[in-house]
Amino acid sequence: MGNAIIKRILLVLPVLIGVSILAFSILHFIPGDPARVILGERATAQAVIELQEKLGLNEPLIIQYFSFMKNIINGDLGTSIITNESVTTELFTAFAATLELTIFSMIIAIVVGIAAGTLAAVKQYSIFDNVSMVGALVGVSMPIFWLGLLMIWLFSYKLGILPASGRLAVSFDVPRITNFILIDTLMAGNFAAFKDGILHLLMPGFALATIPMAIIARMTRSSMLEVMRQDYIRTARAKGLSEKVIIFKHAIKNAFLPIITVIGLQIGLLLGGAVMTETVFSLPGLGRKMYLSIMARDYPMVQGGILVIAFFFVLVNLIVDITYMFIDPRISLD
Amino acid sequence: MKKKNLAEGNNEVTGLWANVFKRLKKSKTSMFGLLIVIILLFTAVFAPLMAPHDPIVGQLALRHNEPSMEYIMGTDSQGRDVFSRILYGARISVEIGIISVGIALILGTAMGVVSGYYGGKVDTIVMRFVDIMLAFPTILLALAIVTILGPSLTNAMIAVGIVNIPRFARIVRSSVLSVKENEYIEAAISIGCTDFEIITRHILPNCLAPILVQSTLTIGTAILEAAGLSFLGLGAQPPISEWGSMLADARGYMRQAPWSVMYPGVAIMITVLGFNLLGDGLRDALDPRLKE
Repeated sequence: MGNAIIKRILLVLPVLIGVSILAFSILHFIPGDPARVILGERATAQAVIELQEKLGLNEPLIIQYFSFMKNIINGDLGTSIITNESVTTELFTAFAATLELTIFSMIIAIVVGIAAGTLAAVKQYSIFDNVSMVGALVGVSMPIFWLGLLMIWLFSYKLGILPASGRLAVSFDVPRITNFILIDTLMAGNFAAFKDGILHLLMPGFALATIPMAIIARMTRSSMLEVMRQDYIRTARAKGLSEKVIIFKHAIKNAFLPIITVIGLQIGLLLGGAVMTETVFSLPGLGRKMYLSIMARDYPMVQGGILVIAFFFVLVNLIVDITYMFIDPRISLD
Repeated sequence: MKKKNLAEGNNEVTGLWANVFKRLKKSKTSMFGLLIVIILLFTAVFAPLMAPHDPIVGQLALRHNEPSMEYIMGTDSQGRDVFSRILYGARISVEIGIISVGIALILGTAMGVVSGYYGGKVDTIVMRFVDIMLAFPTILLALAIVTILGPSLTNAMIAVGIVNIPRFARIVRSSVLSVKENEYIEAAISIGCTDFEIITRHILPNCLAPILVQSTLTIGTAILEAAGLSFLGLGAQPPISEWGSMLADARGYMRQAPWSVMYPGVAIMITVLGFNLLGDGLRDALDPRLKE
């Protein structure tokens, strides 16, 4: 298995090189002179030349690419054209917000999805089964930005119980150390702020969780139904084990592999969903940062963001694949 | 001899699709999906006859009118009839579905066939390229493509088409790999068919089932993704009555006119649901064959 894992890790390399070439070329795919496009029509020739110098656009492409790679390896993703801050620092801060939202959503999706799927399988063809499976179908068909808007309308405007945007009420002054609001507030010992942080996460967390929740619920149900038909479940019943023991000790464990596969795939998709969710709820995360940078033609930021997101995405898929190998040693690389 | 075999093959093919439709008819959810798709197509074709008002030109004096007998879904921020705009939006959704999925289908199938049929180095290169594309969350890749091409409905459709290529490439490749092993391919090679003949006459027709299922399901996601891009202001530009851009416009007036946020979202949801139900149904109906 050690060999298989090393082989899997090595497969990541060509993908990462490809990703870096793609991120690098974005600047060169834009029609026209990138420096002119960034600065706009009214920029002076002097300013354009200066920016060309700064971005190294006058060097041959291959040299530009190698210096781009050298900087990445040193952890330097360049300087934002809009804020003049280091791209690495800005992306790091935004990434924490996205990661916090993604983890929060994933917990909701896994807990609710597995519970609903298991219950639907155990009580197959019951009202609960039908309602939750119709709910799951609707869940995957719904635009999450629309669901987010409806939630804001209901919970913020009509009922006034949840905040419509941001990560924390401005009245709380909590030192940002990790940039994970829930961790920072706990570290400061400010429980009122912690509660406020949770309240801010509820709506975006649920909106982002709908699709993975629906997919996990469907997968859990079908996988559980498959397992419940197996001989060893009949044996367990024949032995006189209680239904609870059968479900929790024998069935769920064996139904888990396809569920983990789906969960792994969903983590990556959540990163994409974060773009929409963060825009609707005005969260200063990576998705929103990318969107704003694209609109502002802040190309170093766009390039950095693409690299960070793709790198994380590849890493998650790698971890998921290696996890399978441990859970089910029969799985080979193909 | 050859002719007779072909004729028999044809009979089998029609038999298969008749069987598929028979199985599809048994599933109530797939029929419901099909019904939604038919209604969508009907609306797309007859929108000008069905819409009670102009979808583009409104009267500012009538802005944010609540739903009434005259304006059953209310009016938007420009005083336009939301219902008429939704009907015309069906046209754009169908257009998005056809063009985006068309791009993904043609390029993805071409990549999958070449990769699966020729194998070796070609396969490695094509599949690495697919892996790189899959290393990005789709909406982000679409965002990046629109950044390069510039925001417009056409470019959004192209972007959505491109991001869906990898799925088709993978599915087609794996079915080509299994079809390639059949004896009739060996026979075709031995009687001297060219690669092009083998691919178009023997391989592709036998990969049709998974391609059809994938296309139906992708239409749903394509409409969702394009609506997302338009919602961000990177797809359809005002005053086009695209559902996602209608939501973007209505978002700012949610307190005054919640109905203008409500209905475009419902329209997207029902449409996507229709394609998903139909796609799931088709997959189940074709499953006995896919399992072979």
